[in-house]
This record gives sequence, C-alpha cells and structure tokens, in this order.
Amino acid sequence: MTKASRGRDHGDLILRLRGISKQFGAITALEDIELDVHAGEVVALVGDNGAGKSTLVKTLAGVHQPTAGSIQYLGKPVTLDTPGKALEMGIATVFQDLSLCENLDVVANLFLGHELNPWRLNEVQMEVRAWTLLQELAARIPSVREPIASLSGGQRQTVAIARSLLLDPHIIMLDEPTAALGVAQTAEVLNLIERVRDRGHGVILISHNMEDVRAVADRIVVLRLGRNNGVFTPDNTHEELVAAITGATENSVSRRTARILETQGG
Amino acid sequence: MSHDTKSLAAQLDRADTRVRHDEGIGGEVRAFIDRVRSGDLGMLPVIVGLLLISTVFSTLNPVFLAPNNLVNLLFDAAAVGFISLGVVCVLLLGEIDLSIGSMSGLASAVIGVLWVNTGLPLPLAIAGALLAGALTGFVYGNLCNRFEMPSFVATLAGLLALLGMQLYILGPTGSINLPFTSSLVRFGQIMIIPAWLAFTLALVPGAVMIFSGLRTMRHRSAANLSSGGMTVVLIKAAILTAALLFIVYYLEQGRGVPWMFGVFVLFVVILDYALTRTQWGRSMFAVGGNAEAARRAGINVRRIRLSAFVLCSTFAALGGVFSAARLASASQQAGTGDVNLNAIAAAVIGGTSLFGGRGSAWSALLGVLVIMAISNGLTLLNLSSSLRYMITGAVLAVAVIVDSLARRSRASHGRA
Repeated sequence: MTKASRGRDHGDLILRLRGISKQFGAITALEDIELDVHAGEVVALVGDNGAGKSTLVKTLAGVHQPTAGSIQYLGKPVTLDTPGKALEMGIATVFQDLSLCENLDVVANLFLGHELNPWRLNEVQMEVRAWTLLQELAARIPSVREPIASLSGGQRQTVAIARSLLLDPHIIMLDEPTAALGVAQTAEVLNLIERVRDRGHGVILISHNMEDVRAVADRIVVLRLGRNNGVFTPDNTHEELVAAITGATENSVSRRTARILETQGG
Repeated sequence: MSHDTKSLAAQLDRADTRVRHDEGIGGEVRAFIDRVRSGDLGMLPVIVGLLLISTVFSTLNPVFLAPNNLVNLLFDAAAVGFISLGVVCVLLLGEIDLSIGSMSGLASAVIGVLWVNTGLPLPLAIAGALLAGALTGFVYGNLCNRFEMPSFVATLAGLLALLGMQLYILGPTGSINLPFTSSLVRFGQIMIIPAWLAFTLALVPGAVMIFSGLRTMRHRSAANLSSGGMTVVLIKAAILTAALLFIVYYLEQGRGVPWMFGVFVLFVVILDYALTRTQWGRSMFAVGGNAEAARRAGINVRRIRLSAFVLCSTFAALGGVFSAARLASASQQAGTGDVNLNAIAAAVIGGTSLFGGRGSAWSALLGVLVIMAISNGLTLLNLSSSLRYMITGAVLAVAVIVDSLARRSRASHGRA
C-alpha cells in the first residue's frame, strides 16, 4: 500500500463539485449539483429512483461527462473523461453489479488490469498482497485461488470493495453495496465500510436502505429530481429524510405511518 | 515436507479453518475427483477419446497403431493444429472465426503464387501469407469492435470473400505444384528430428516442471504461503517424462518425430505461456468471462479482441503454409471441406469452451490428435469422405454437448 505517499489526513477536502449538470438530450438528469467529500468521511447519497444518484456516480467514475459545472479534485480543477483516468487519479467505483469475472480466481480479479510484472506475472507477490489486503479489511474469504463463482454474495462484495482499494484511491464510491445481501452479510459490509473510512479514504455510499445509511454515514446528501435537496446527518429523524427524498412532508411513507398508527390506536 | 500445525496456522493462506486443503498425493487425487464431479473435466475427455479411438481402430485395422502411421498422423496434425491454436484464441473471448479454412487456403495460394509463379524468395512468400492473415484478422477485429458485428456473421462473410480471393489469385489453372526438392516441402513431408535430440527434448518438460516447482516452492515459503511440497510435482514429472520417452521411443521405431510437429508443439508452449503467465493472457480470460467487468477494470477490451482475431487468422495462415508444404501444392481445394470444422472441433474437444473464458493452448494439441486419429483411422478403413464427414460431424456434436453439460454442472457446483 502506498498510503503514506498519498499524504492524506482525515478531514482534508478531497472532492468538490459545483454546479454540475448533465443532460441526455431533452432530459436533465442532473442540475446544479453541489457535493463535497473529505478524507475519512462517509457521505451517503440518497434519493428516489430517477433522482440522479447513478448519473452523478457515473460522472465521477468518468463514464459520463457533465454538460456543465466544475469538479475540483485535491484542490485542482479536473476533467474525468474516461473510467481509466478516474481510476488513475484515485476515484474508485464499486458498481452495483460488482464487475467481477466469475471464471477468474480472487487474486486475478483483485489485480485485473493492474497485474504485477505484465510479461511474467508475479503470482506469489500478488497472492501475498491479496491476503494482506483482505486481512487488513478483516475479510473472511476461504481461499484466494478459488474462482469467484464459488463465493457467496457477501464475499463477492468484499472482493469488489477490496479490489477498489488496491490502487489506494482517495475516494471510493459504492453503488448499493448491501442491496442483495442478507442481514449478517450486510453488517459485515457496513463494518468493512467503516474500516475503509478509518483508513482515511473518502467514501461515497449510495443506498436505498435508510437504516444502513444512518448506521455508517457522516453526512447524508439528498438528491431529488436531479437537484440537491438538503444535507442531513444521522441525527436527523427518519421522517425528515423521507420528506426530503420524496419532496413533501405529506407523502406516501408518512401517510402509511399515519394509517398504521391509526389502526393501532383504533 | 512436514509442517507442525502451528506453522500451518501462521501461513497467510491457511488462516481460514473452514477450508479443506488437499495436500500430498491422496489430496491431489481427491481434488481431481472433486473437479471432475463438478464438471471441470480438464483433459479427461481427450484421454478417454484417444483410448477409445485407438482400441476401435486398431482392432479394425492393426496398421493404425503402427509407428509409421502415427508419424504420418503427426505430420497431418501439425497443419490443422496451427489453425486450431488460433481458434482457441477467439473461443476464449466467446467469439468464433468460421473463415479459418478459407484463410488457410488463401495462405497456401499466396505461397504458391508468390514463391513458385512470381519467384520471390521463400521467406518473403511466407511473410506475405502471414501478412494476409494478420490483415484479415485486423479487418474482423474492427468489424466486431466498430460496427458491433457478431463475429459469427463477420467471419461467415469472410469465409466467402477469402475463398473467392483464393480462387482469383490461383487463376484458371487452379493448382500450383510446389517443387519437391525445396526445403518447404521437405519440411512438410520428410524432415525428422534426429533421435538424440528427440530424446533430449522429451526430458525437458519434466525437468522444467521440477525446476519451476522448486522455484515456486522457495518463493512461496519465503512469502509465508503454503507450498504444498515436492512429492506430487516429482511424481507428475516422472510420469510425464516416462510417457514422453515411451512415445519418442515408439515413434523412433518408425521414421521418428517430424520437425513440423515439433514446431507446432513449440508454438503451443509459447501460446500457453502467453495465456497463463502474462497480463495479455489474463486480460483474454477476463474479457471472455465478463467483458464489461474487464472494461471497468481498465482493460482495453477492443485491443484484446483485435489481438485475438489477428492471432487467429495469422495462425490459420501459418496452418495453410504448413498444409501446402504437406501436400506439395496450392490448389483450389486447399482449406475447403472439413478443415474449418476439424480445427474448431479440435479446440472444443481439447477443452476450450465455446462460451468463452475457459480453455488453454494445450487443448489445440490434444484435440487435434483426437480429430486426426479419427480421420486417419477412417481413411485406413477405406471409408468414403461422405462417411468421414458424417462421423466427424457427430464427434463435434458430442464434444459440444459435453462442453455444454460440463458448463451447466460447473454452474451448479459454484465454479465458473
């Protein structure tokens, strides 16, 4: 790990988005988005379907280019035109569908595209670094020489997160990391996110699960219909968050809660 | 190699106690049975196939197992083997090239025209044939990359176009004879590796196995990883060396080991190294397994695909040069008929999956031996080519069924 060389202190401002907009033809997916990410911080990005979370993440991952706005990274304005460039600069993404090659083993997946010694792969060194990284994350993977196909959902998520950490990024973006996981595995992944934060990485977490978000996030950024709709902390109530996400204090969630309260009361 | 439990627990890869680690000879056998059960058949179908074929054909006609017939078989195998080697590259990506037969035919025509008709030096003519192959692969790669044309269609179009090109450059005579005294034809029909060299070469794989086994063991224990021990490696090396020595000895009872086959094996070894030990090879498997994941990992998927198509067509061209040498002619028939399917069948029978992401260079070697043994055996029985085609077709169908079933079984056993 080249952590020292990156010279990262907790609390440093890593990423600063101002006025980011993205249009797909006639549709405005993002409009005037602001977002700050500091080192050693978990920023949760929440919003309803179509709020623009994925578009924002893809913009940061270099998949989409914003139509307008500025991205400041480590104090300098940058453009992220390819996924490779974002990765190189230290913005790693764990996509929802994980992007692992099921036919390759854990070591091969961790080092995919960044193998040590391209003309004569250094398998031993790669295996050692794989084990070290997995142990740092206190991850439980039975064998790094098994193909990914033989791992469980939680283990795959672990491998995907570990892979994003391999290049020691400043920021790691997780798109719905707990969506397909069971109770225990979700807890494991949340622990993992905390350990990643404690290593000093900035974490952007996208999730629909308010419980998970409130469990690990330091700040909760709400998007609604492609715009910023407030920044919250885990201290805010569930109702306040839902209101910001749906855009009204009177919404289907509050109505349902009220109805349930009513039936219980009656 | 004996470890006490304490040092085992301290090893990086032995910390998890839930995993059974197969060690020693018993463990190796157990792991093999596990693999086969879960659908990871490896070389098993080939060995079973070869045993079956040699029993059937040698009872029908004892000449089949005669040393000189096997030598002829190896001569024949080299040309198709090269084509099959290229097929492995495209199959690994889950693509296919149906024009390999036409490509090999065109390459032999190019040799005939440039070398015999135009009088260019032989190396230049060969270079021209290979260049034609590389260029064809380049076109296929771009058709697939830029226009997202399915490789099936792109190469089917290529099959016709290349065949047309072959007929065009051969002109009205339709056939060019290569001079019998030339080195190319001698290479394709006569040249044999000297006995002492053949025996020495037979010792090399075992020696390399032991040497690299020792090296890996040293590196792994230095890095605090489990190293398994040398017993299994030694036994495997001993069996391999004994088998190779016996094969060479048996062939030496006839004419010996053809140079052409030796060159083929050399290329198999090179491709195997490239596929398993280099970043390019890892990328090939990654693109074949999950192209989108490979792209997100920063791999240039288009370049990998292009490289596979270029390699495939170039190997097909080289196969065409070899078959021209073998037949001492470049004709309109070269590369037609069953060449296409033989080469693809060989790769699949050898264990390269049609679905991408699985396979090895060795599958070309093993598969081509099976295919050529069948075709050789049927020829010895004086069967007409109509029957030969039908039987070869059936063998290909069986190979694909085995591949498909094994894949389903792997999926249900949690193996890719």
